[in-house]
Amino acid sequence: MSDTTNKKTNRRTENTFLNVGPSHPAMHGVIHILTELEGEKVLGAEIEIGYLHRCFEKNCEQLGYNQAFPYTDRLNYVSPLINNVGWAMAVEKLFGAQVPERALYIRVIASELSRIVDHLTCVGAAAMEVGAMTAFLYFMKAREYLYDIIEWLTGARITTNYVRVGGVKGDLPHGFERKLRGTLREIRKIIGEVDKLLTRNRIFIDRMSGIGTLDRESSIAYGITGPLLRATGEAYDVRKDMPYLVYDRFDFEIPVADTCDAYARYLVRMEEMRQSARIIEQAIKQIPPGAIAVDRYGKQISGAEMVELAKRGKVKEYIDSKAKVDLTLEGTDAASACNINLTGNRSLRLPPKEETYGNIEGLMSHFMQIMDHWGVKPPVGETYQAVEGANGELGFYLVSNGEGRPMRSRCRGPCFFPMAALHKMIVGDMIADIIPAFGSINMIAGELDR
Amino acid sequence: MWIELLTKVLIAGAVLTGILSFGGVLTWVERKQSALMQDRIGANRASILGFRLLGLFHIMTDGIKMFAKEEFIPRTDHRVLFLLAPFIAWLFSLAAFAVIPFSPELTVAGYQVTLQVANPEIGLLVAFAMMGMAIYGVVLGGWASNNNYALLGSMRATAQMISYEVALAAAAVGPLLIYRTLNMQEIVIRQGQLYNGWLPLWGIVLQPLAFLLFLVAGAAETKRVPFDLPEGESEIIGFNLEYSSMRFGAFMFTDFIEKILVACLTTTIFLGGWQVPWLADDGFRLGGALALELGPMVVWLLRLAAFGIKVCALIYVLMLVRWTLPRFRYDQLMSFGWKFLLPLAFLNIIVTAAVVLVLNL
Repeated sequence: MSDTTNKKTNRRTENTFLNVGPSHPAMHGVIHILTELEGEKVLGAEIEIGYLHRCFEKNCEQLGYNQAFPYTDRLNYVSPLINNVGWAMAVEKLFGAQVPERALYIRVIASELSRIVDHLTCVGAAAMEVGAMTAFLYFMKAREYLYDIIEWLTGARITTNYVRVGGVKGDLPHGFERKLRGTLREIRKIIGEVDKLLTRNRIFIDRMSGIGTLDRESSIAYGITGPLLRATGEAYDVRKDMPYLVYDRFDFEIPVADTCDAYARYLVRMEEMRQSARIIEQAIKQIPPGAIAVDRYGKQISGAEMVELAKRGKVKEYIDSKAKVDLTLEGTDAASACNINLTGNRSLRLPPKEETYGNIEGLMSHFMQIMDHWGVKPPVGETYQAVEGANGELGFYLVSNGEGRPMRSRCRGPCFFPMAALHKMIVGDMIADIIPAFGSINMIAGELDR
Repeated sequence: MWIELLTKVLIAGAVLTGILSFGGVLTWVERKQSALMQDRIGANRASILGFRLLGLFHIMTDGIKMFAKEEFIPRTDHRVLFLLAPFIAWLFSLAAFAVIPFSPELTVAGYQVTLQVANPEIGLLVAFAMMGMAIYGVVLGGWASNNNYALLGSMRATAQMISYEVALAAAAVGPLLIYRTLNMQEIVIRQGQLYNGWLPLWGIVLQPLAFLLFLVAGAAETKRVPFDLPEGESEIIGFNLEYSSMRFGAFMFTDFIEKILVACLTTTIFLGGWQVPWLADDGFRLGGALALELGPMVVWLLRLAAFGIKVCALIYVLMLVRWTLPRFRYDQLMSFGWKFLLPLAFLNIIVTAAVVLVLNL
């Protein structure tokens, strides 16, 4: 296809075809770029995706509204909490359900923590792929602090499965606010360190600026959102433009840059991490105390009483003995889960695990939720709910025919759209430029291939 | 005659063993030093009978692992070259150490002994020639691998190492104009002079610019970040992509040996080699007067230690750079070498030559 004859020497020359990926250290194991090279210059590129396809949408249609959460963890596995929130909000929108205030704030805190984790990973990995190993490991250290916090809150580092339809799984642990403030201080310090290492580093700027450019019009035409779009000067952010949860109550900025290249994306992400930290700090200040607990009969009871009922199977002498219980996941999450679960509409939520395993009524109500044609039944209709994922607009589209499972579920993964435009970003540059261009997109195969 | 031959063999053996063990230790130093910079603990798992010794046993386990791994040889038309390449690189970088003067001469029982295998009049040229030959290992290894990635790596290596060799040699010309010799031992002796009786006239004092240029070009010669393009493990994986087992280990080890070599050359030309400031043959002299008298053996050992300390310090600096900076791109590297380093080196030569001529040094 590209055999050419050199005019001067009259010799036939041939371009090199090079398979970059799927087994390539910078392709994260899941992308295949077939490149045509002349020396080190990229003349053409074909992008092949689909190496991590695992039928996410079909699975959700088979499993139902409550049980799809573990699958959403695997979409963008660097920021699973945002996916959890997105799915929960789509289902709630379908039901027209109201969620307690405190749960909304907890969701905001969880989402922003995840966003910082995602950006840390992306910027760190991009820096490592151009050779700055130390910056990468500084960010991994920062990410570890955040994972500690997330593990404390949700019980898991990555597969969090924390948000529930109608609320969240557990309340904030005791002393969470204080520890979170300390962690954010630490994170800011590390971001500052890496800022000093990279932002004005001549080699880093040379490697990143002018690489992987895609102008504003093409970005919009391709449907690109998130830091990539904001790096073209377009300040589109779902949190500002279509406020969800309680984002309209916080004072934060949407950072933009206008050079459209990998360096602009780097700057946008660095600033976004600081803004996310700002949001979390405001959320900690504003978060209201727990909502009213509602038991299965609509009676309001205190959290501690609820724990006792659930754990002790309503045996009288056990109820009377005042056991000291922790209201968080560290002890048992029954009370706190009830605090923040959906008020009013009981048919939506799954009962806390302690209740399910601890007494027969809990078990029965759990079964009724899970069994086909008995459990959750949303009204007939369709809904689309978008949240600002770490890479852009993460949307869930659900169609309900009144059954216990969505008739159709669809996920708009923000990574998919830049992949369609990747060839535009890399053709004409050198082979070494593929890596920072690709790294700045922050492709996460989980949400690309779904 | 026989005794001379025997001493030479002994000295060569000592240098070889010394360099190889130092290279081994460097693999550990590199890990620990990077761990220190990156808030990690670093390799510390290998233990013998529960003793971990700061992870020093990892040097041994690495060696054993390399030898024990299965060797995979790709289908290639150049099997012999493929098998030979790592050892070409290895051999020639080791051979360059023959001319490095690790210590001054010492008279033992009527015999002149130096920790220097050979002291030819063109010593520095021999070192450069050997470094140039070592490129062939990388080039042939990548070419014989029959792999596009490895080929890209070896193409980069060829271009980069030839370019930077020019800059390296040009940077060394400045001091050579002042020393007026290529004999390595002579270069070091020339740097023993004092200016005004207190400032040691080392190469770095006379030629600070040349020192920086030489160090940068030297770092590029050793294929380290920010010049690690032939490897560029996140881009093209590297010229050694198809190598496994100890042949891969040989390439890795060559990197460390070359780093020692560049540090040794820089020390010899710019940091006064084995010279200790104000240490004359009979002891420390301050302002011409004897301040502390020392025996010849003590002086010799002090000077040997000084060489080692200078080399270690340089290697430490190189490692700091390696763990701080990102990597160049191919064209940026080329323009940096040809358009920045080389013109500066030429400027340095011209200015130095003019000054030498005017002052009639």
